[in-house]
Amino acid sequence: MIQLIELTVNGERHDLAVEPRRTLVDVLRHDLGLTGTHVGCEHGICGACTVLVDGAPVRACLMFPAQVEGADIRTVESLAAPDGTLNDLQQCFSAHHGLQCGFCTPGFLMLAEGYLAEEPDATKEEIREVVASNLCRCTGYQTIVEAIDDCAVRRRAALQQQLDGSTA
Amino acid sequence: MKPAAFSYHRAHSVAGAVGLLTELGEDAKVIAGGQSLVAMMNFRLARPEHLIDITHVDGLSGIRRDGAALHLGALVTHRAVERADLGPEFRVLSEAMAWVGHLPIRTRGTVGGSIAHSDATAEWCLLAVLLDARIVAEGPAGRREIAAGEFFLGPYTTALEPDELIVEIVFPRPAPRAALTEYADRKGDFAIVAAAVDLDAPGGPRVVLGGVAPTPVSVAPRTGAGSRSPGEIVAAAVEVRDEPGISAHYRRGLVRTLVDRAWAEAAAR
Amino acid sequence: MNEAAFRKDGAWVGASVPRREDPRLLAGRGRFVDDITLPGMLHAQFVRSTEAHAEIRSVDLAEVRAVPGVVAAFDAADLDLRDITALLDRPAAEFVPTAMPVLARDRVRYVGEPVAIVVARDPYAAEDGLEAAVVEYAPLEPVVSDTAALAPGAPLVHAEAAANTLVDVSMFATEGIEETFAEAHTVVRVQTRTGRQNALPLETRGVVADWDDRDEQLRVQTCSQVPHQVRTVLARCVGLDEKRVRVTVPDMGGGFGQKCVVGREEIAAAAAALRLRRPVKWIEDRRDALTASFLAREQRYDVRAAFSADGEILGIDADVVCDMGAYSCYPFTAGIEPLMASAEMPSVYTVPAYRVRARAVTTNKAPTAPYRGVSRPQYVMVVERLFEKAARALGLDAVELRRRNLITTFPYTGVNAVTYDPGSYLESLDLCEATLREEGWFDRRAEPGRVVGIGFACFSERTGYGSGAFAQRRMAVVPGFDLSQITMDLDGTVAVTTGTLSHGQSHETTMAQIVADRLGLPYERVKIVQGDTDRITYGWGSFASRSITIGGSAVAAASVKLGERLREIAAHLLGTDLDSTALDGDGGVRAGDRRLSYAELADVAYLRSHLLPKGLDPGLSATASFDVDGDGTFSNATHGVVVELDPGTGGVRILRYVCVEDCGVAIHPQVVEGQARGGIAQGIAGALFEQVTYDEAGQPQAPSFMEYKVPTAAEIPDVRIEHLETPCAFTESGAKGAGEGGTIGAPAAVLNAVNDALRHTGTELDDTPIPRESIFRALEVGR
Repeated sequence: MIQLIELTVNGERHDLAVEPRRTLVDVLRHDLGLTGTHVGCEHGICGACTVLVDGAPVRACLMFPAQVEGADIRTVESLAAPDGTLNDLQQCFSAHHGLQCGFCTPGFLMLAEGYLAEEPDATKEEIREVVASNLCRCTGYQTIVEAIDDCAVRRRAALQQQLDGSTA
Repeated sequence: MKPAAFSYHRAHSVAGAVGLLTELGEDAKVIAGGQSLVAMMNFRLARPEHLIDITHVDGLSGIRRDGAALHLGALVTHRAVERADLGPEFRVLSEAMAWVGHLPIRTRGTVGGSIAHSDATAEWCLLAVLLDARIVAEGPAGRREIAAGEFFLGPYTTALEPDELIVEIVFPRPAPRAALTEYADRKGDFAIVAAAVDLDAPGGPRVVLGGVAPTPVSVAPRTGAGSRSPGEIVAAAVEVRDEPGISAHYRRGLVRTLVDRAWAEAAAR
Repeated sequence: MNEAAFRKDGAWVGASVPRREDPRLLAGRGRFVDDITLPGMLHAQFVRSTEAHAEIRSVDLAEVRAVPGVVAAFDAADLDLRDITALLDRPAAEFVPTAMPVLARDRVRYVGEPVAIVVARDPYAAEDGLEAAVVEYAPLEPVVSDTAALAPGAPLVHAEAAANTLVDVSMFATEGIEETFAEAHTVVRVQTRTGRQNALPLETRGVVADWDDRDEQLRVQTCSQVPHQVRTVLARCVGLDEKRVRVTVPDMGGGFGQKCVVGREEIAAAAAALRLRRPVKWIEDRRDALTASFLAREQRYDVRAAFSADGEILGIDADVVCDMGAYSCYPFTAGIEPLMASAEMPSVYTVPAYRVRARAVTTNKAPTAPYRGVSRPQYVMVVERLFEKAARALGLDAVELRRRNLITTFPYTGVNAVTYDPGSYLESLDLCEATLREEGWFDRRAEPGRVVGIGFACFSERTGYGSGAFAQRRMAVVPGFDLSQITMDLDGTVAVTTGTLSHGQSHETTMAQIVADRLGLPYERVKIVQGDTDRITYGWGSFASRSITIGGSAVAAASVKLGERLREIAAHLLGTDLDSTALDGDGGVRAGDRRLSYAELADVAYLRSHLLPKGLDPGLSATASFDVDGDGTFSNATHGVVVELDPGTGGVRILRYVCVEDCGVAIHPQVVEGQARGGIAQGIAGALFEQVTYDEAGQPQAPSFMEYKVPTAAEIPDVRIEHLETPCAFTESGAKGAGEGGTIGAPAAVLNAVNDALRHTGTELDDTPIPRESIFRALEVGR
């Protein structure tokens, strides 16, 4: 059975005809060609497939696309500027060596983007707790936590600067 | 690890979902957050022929106080409860959510789904029994309320009829002095043992345990006399499972520890 | 952010420059094998054995072929492929060769063994197809433990391997060792069992294969640490010339050894592509990765150590049994673990007498491959436990006991006939202990009411195994050397091929740093080419911490040669002699005050070759090889761990982790630290969390991440790393290998710390992963 669905991914609308059983991550990767989102376990534990649905991090391996029709889906491909310039979070990952093989990285990036948007004042310990949502086999996690914390600190400082500027 | 084929049905209302359940019979499964169901489908341990998606049904995502009672719509997510300010009367619910999987699971997983799934260590199942929750289900004949104590029949087995849908969970009374704690070797795992305590339950303090039996086990320990701690009393009173790698002795020890810890936490409020 | 923390003292080597790999991986624009789509591509999955041990009565795939979307299904008879057989150059008493068929033919030897391949239009249909396969088995009694395998009258996993023993070697037996033990003041003993583990790269194994008529080649894009070995085995199995097979490796999501052997599935998928003349992709799913992939580490040790009254170690007497599962892996064979344990067990100590017997037994479990550290996590754990036990028996401090026995004069030739190059064994122990002391952890340990313990592990790790060192193991194929070719283009940029390949270790960056220093070029102008059998004659790939030591040395040597060639041309053009020229460190050659840039020299070499000196070939390229002459180079480290135990649950919390490591010259310190931290996480995983288990019938009990407990950020602590630097005298950059040390030291240090915390209980725990129930029970008695 084939189902017609309409997905909005990274701001772009797509009309698709797929079997209902295709998981969201397979649709993103293989029907839309957005291969930045990875598949690590297909049972919701490793988090390599983490994407944002309406701003919140979710496991794309545990969802069917029909469930997110009408939602705003964001993948790792949405982070860098069109000219390839990495966003602040991506730059922090590089600076802190928060990735080695890079396979888990898109999942951690989207997890962090979703979390920091919700909790911009998160402490490093709270960040560590959220980082525990996903698995990484290369880094030992320390530099991932440091990268996200660094990014959060920078975003807060930038916001403060903006506020100071607007009141001055 | 790809699911077997199924037909997808989107419900737009509770009545519509019940209609689909009635029409499609036992081969149909309701999907809400899908955080347990889809994992089982990917392993092909669950292979429903029909999937009824209720995530687009309006009106099931509300968190609402009604006098002393707290009403949680079936589609309220764990994360929504975690972030909600439920006041001192129901803070135990928000705090317990930290034990539910990880952030992305809590983002998507729902209260109703967790209750319907009936895992013996699931936090919502323990909390429902602990706080005398009523599970509101709608079927072809209308709505009925099922007491949590009579709802969980076994692992993945509940008192819900195949054509019924959980629409709401009602927590009828405040629990200002209640707490839940767990132990697992690794963060976010299903607990080996989970213990929830409500010191203000009707008829005296109540303990509900997860992980010791196929369904949550409720105990009303008689404390007061003697020098034994509540944990020791509960541990001596319950039957616990014995399995390879985790003996009954160890599990009983965990019961003792966790009951005491939850008790102390609740008492400190 | 360390903005452009570039060149230290003008050199690229030693600076933590931004990684060349990062931009694409962070943007989601890497290319992993499952990201590859070819026109008309089909998807494969495998019908796998449901029995641990059985005769195959029949395989019926007729229903499979009728499943919608299924294009083809083949069993062993359909594909008719040659078996994969790995050999040691050892006598029959020491090694029994066994064949691993690509698809099981008449017998299955573990649950998950591939029996047939199903090829379909998508992975969903392929999995539908698997369910329609009808395989009739006649079950045989399974052999599910090493003790069962060695029991008299045990059923045989391979008829040719009596007593289920594939390898039985006694490599060392110092004369008089019996007397040494009989007369020793103190003899301590460790009997331990370590759990079976999965190396668990987060990216599972996978391959895309297609036959290309234009190139007349079977093109195989696979997730492998050893592309040339895959080419050889594939060519043999399907009966093609090696030139008709091209193996390339795209971005790879980790390997850790699991991908440094040839997998049956990649051969079968390629054979199916060849048969169907259509591209075939196989991506291992996580259940198969957890149950049917290559595993490692399940070993049993019974080891004694003799000490004098004043704490001098007098001898080690060891019996090692490794449960290698159902098959010998290619190219290493089932000897990989027992041979490593035998050769290296005396560790960092001056052990005068040594006897060892080590066996590989075959059982009805998924087969094994090397896994980061290979036996060293285990024997280091055993030796470090022996020192702890001896210290208790002798009434000495265990750190002090280690100090008395560490190798301190180099080079040191051990009782195991291995020569150890200079390291900082004593210095790293001193610094590690001092660091924990300064941070106040010994005071915390003494606080009443808390169950806190401190553990140490001292070890070294042989890296840069050359052909000489591997020849000692007596493999039939002897890894060792590596090759490099460097070419310079018209604009003065270079491309360097290497026979190694990075799968997380950052070689695109670190190899470029090595070249940049040799040629005086910015590292951005150096492109590293790796993982392509058509681009380099031969390469041994990346494993055993060999890439920077050997591959990096070959790359450096090729760069130097190219530099000489550039000077030759410059000398000619400038009308001076070679000795008057020098690379100027800034992309040119200088002679006195005159200078020619690389682009100017390349212009002559390619576009105006008539200006070249007579006898000099046009173009700019050079090749070099490198091998380690001798026993390799030893990195070393000391790990110190502080744990706190929870008496109420048996839970373990790591409060502090300090690693003092010495891998010679660090090309990129941040990368070295990353290797250490990641390795330590895997070592902690082995000590406390991960285990592949089976029931009595040989059914795997850990088919998901619910049961196979990979630790998260909540379990893995931050690690303080201190560097010491004892440069290697014979690698081109002074570097020693850095890939495995973390994993080697962590289990010993964690186990020692837990036992230190239990010191008041009388209980000692020596098995891993440490059961929390055992901790709980130990502390319960002490309550």
